[in-house]
Amino acid sequence: MSRRTSIEVRGVVKRFARDFMEGGPAASWKSLLARAAGRGGRRDVITVLDGIDLAVQRGTTLALIGQNGCGKSTLLKIIAGIYRPDQGQVRVEGRLSSLIELGTGFHPEFTGRENVYLNGAILGLDKAEIAERFEAIAAYSGLGEYIDAPVKTYSSGMYVRLGFSVAVNVDPEVLLVDEVLAVGDEAFVRKCEDKIHQLRRAGVTICLVSHNLGLVERFADEVVWLDGGCLAARGQPRRVIDAYLEKVAASEDSIRRQSCAQADIDGQQRWGSGEVQITAVRTTDAGGGERAVFSTGEAMTVEMDYQADGAPRDLVFGVAIHNAAGVLCFGSNTKIDRAELPEFPSRGTVRLACSRLDLVPGTYFLDVAVVSTLDTPYDYRRRVASFAVRSPVADDGVYRPPHTWSLAARDEGGE
Amino acid sequence: MRVVQHLADLYRHRALVWALVGRELKGRYRGSAMGFLWTFLNPLMMLAVYALVFKFYFKINMENYTVYMFTGLLPWVFFSQALIGGAGAITNGRALVTKVAFPQQVLPAVQVAANFINYLLSLPILIGFLLAWGVPLTPALAAFPLVAALHLLFIYACVLLLATANVYLRDTQHILGNLMQLWFFLTPIFYPMWFLAKVPAVLAIPVRLNPATHFTLAYHRIFFEGAWPRWDHLAIIGGLSLLLLWLAVAVFESRKDFFAERV
Repeated sequence: MSRRTSIEVRGVVKRFARDFMEGGPAASWKSLLARAAGRGGRRDVITVLDGIDLAVQRGTTLALIGQNGCGKSTLLKIIAGIYRPDQGQVRVEGRLSSLIELGTGFHPEFTGRENVYLNGAILGLDKAEIAERFEAIAAYSGLGEYIDAPVKTYSSGMYVRLGFSVAVNVDPEVLLVDEVLAVGDEAFVRKCEDKIHQLRRAGVTICLVSHNLGLVERFADEVVWLDGGCLAARGQPRRVIDAYLEKVAASEDSIRRQSCAQADIDGQQRWGSGEVQITAVRTTDAGGGERAVFSTGEAMTVEMDYQADGAPRDLVFGVAIHNAAGVLCFGSNTKIDRAELPEFPSRGTVRLACSRLDLVPGTYFLDVAVVSTLDTPYDYRRRVASFAVRSPVADDGVYRPPHTWSLAARDEGGE
Repeated sequence: MRVVQHLADLYRHRALVWALVGRELKGRYRGSAMGFLWTFLNPLMMLAVYALVFKFYFKINMENYTVYMFTGLLPWVFFSQALIGGAGAITNGRALVTKVAFPQQVLPAVQVAANFINYLLSLPILIGFLLAWGVPLTPALAAFPLVAALHLLFIYACVLLLATANVYLRDTQHILGNLMQLWFFLTPIFYPMWFLAKVPAVLAIPVRLNPATHFTLAYHRIFFEGAWPRWDHLAIIGGLSLLLLWLAVAVFESRKDFFAERV
């Protein structure tokens, strides 16, 4: 282990017995007897971590990301020494503090003050060390005189604030954080983030688990993406997060498409004379593959299959995109766009290809319609399909023009 | 040595042990009107019940019977409360075990220590009773620390085993509750040893082999009879306690890494 490494994880494998995974907290005498009699059979085992190697340099911040159940919290608990790996080794250098849960061991009948001492002892401080830090902890928690009230009278926000204050004031050299920053009000979350920044500057090695990718990008020097108990990717935050989002979008896509196939979108309506019918609507990507989740700026094509009785003429096809709030984001038709289309066959597919989908992240609904040139509706289908736009940037509004920011100095005094 | 390492870990985390013992003792009666007074009221009330039943209903005829019973009852309360509390120490400590890394023997140790402190706090009442009944206090009281230390060792070993067992078999706690009832009657607390002459010899065997019997007898001698304890008996149960501790530590240490995923 080099002197600059704070956390080293080598070949860590962790398996859980299936009966544990299924929530049975412990065997009963009955199952034990059954097993002894050879009827219980051998227990299934689930591999949660499958050979993880990691090294975190001193003073850097590593973030673990991945979908629920990917093993990131298990890995954090192994680093914290709570779980023992089945194979492999973990070494941590320096005083470790873990924010796996805030206010661990708080007793509801005790005052905030008493609980600070209790919690501090749990985090490994002795009485004198806590007494030394008490003022700082109390001040940081912002509880004021409530520090001497029983914590059972606290709001959940106050509870969390006190827990966080103790945890970050133990002067850790290595800090493990598991998704605890997601609680508390806006002001508190900001305060926590400030504190984490401050700890980073002070050279604390931090390992955090979070689903908040914005936070991960702000804090992490390096990101590790765990997928199915293996390292899917590691490296520079932007790159790993993007790769992760792509994977998430792909799996979300298949789920969304399944649910769309069942046509259960709320507010679906259809009207028109039915002389011409839109029989299917799809959204596809640049490669022509059917997709329901797109990244901002990606190409998207809306395809409409139609069929008509006899030879149709003077058909106008239209598409409208609404966001989840019902705001019309885009609407157009072949007449407005003066699209040059050949003669309509009795069955065909009309495509609207958008080379860039510059929408902000969110869920969108498609309306499609085929009308006559005189605006007689043949088939109007409201909310016939939905798609989602995903983006690592959580910008707001409706439309996102392709943009860049820049800065130039202005020379004012020189004239 | 495993046992030494085990105890050294415990000692290194004494600040945590004390904080949790404080939580246990203060938390137990916090919010009740009598508060900490219950520490003294509980054994007194229990004594009143047993004295009533055995003295007046069962008519056990013995000099200073109430004090005799009290002498044995206090260590029994320590013993049984520590065992019952200790058996659930790991499983009830889930919030800590699954969230923080620390030597987990702290949790059973806290149960033993908290109940031991309760026991010590109730001793002045016992002394008061002895004086009030005119039972003389003798230098044999000096043997108390030794007897108590061996008792502590024995209880801690039992608690380690029970706490481990309860992680894997939650039934342990429930079985133990009932077992303690039987154990109580197999210990000469509400009857003197010479009572055993009245029962068939076979039925006296469990009482004589019961380790709790010998701790109780040692307490009887130093408090009630004003005599030094039987050193030979003390040596045997001391040796047995050490052996049990060695076994208990081996079992506990081999399983403790899995507690976090089992509780």
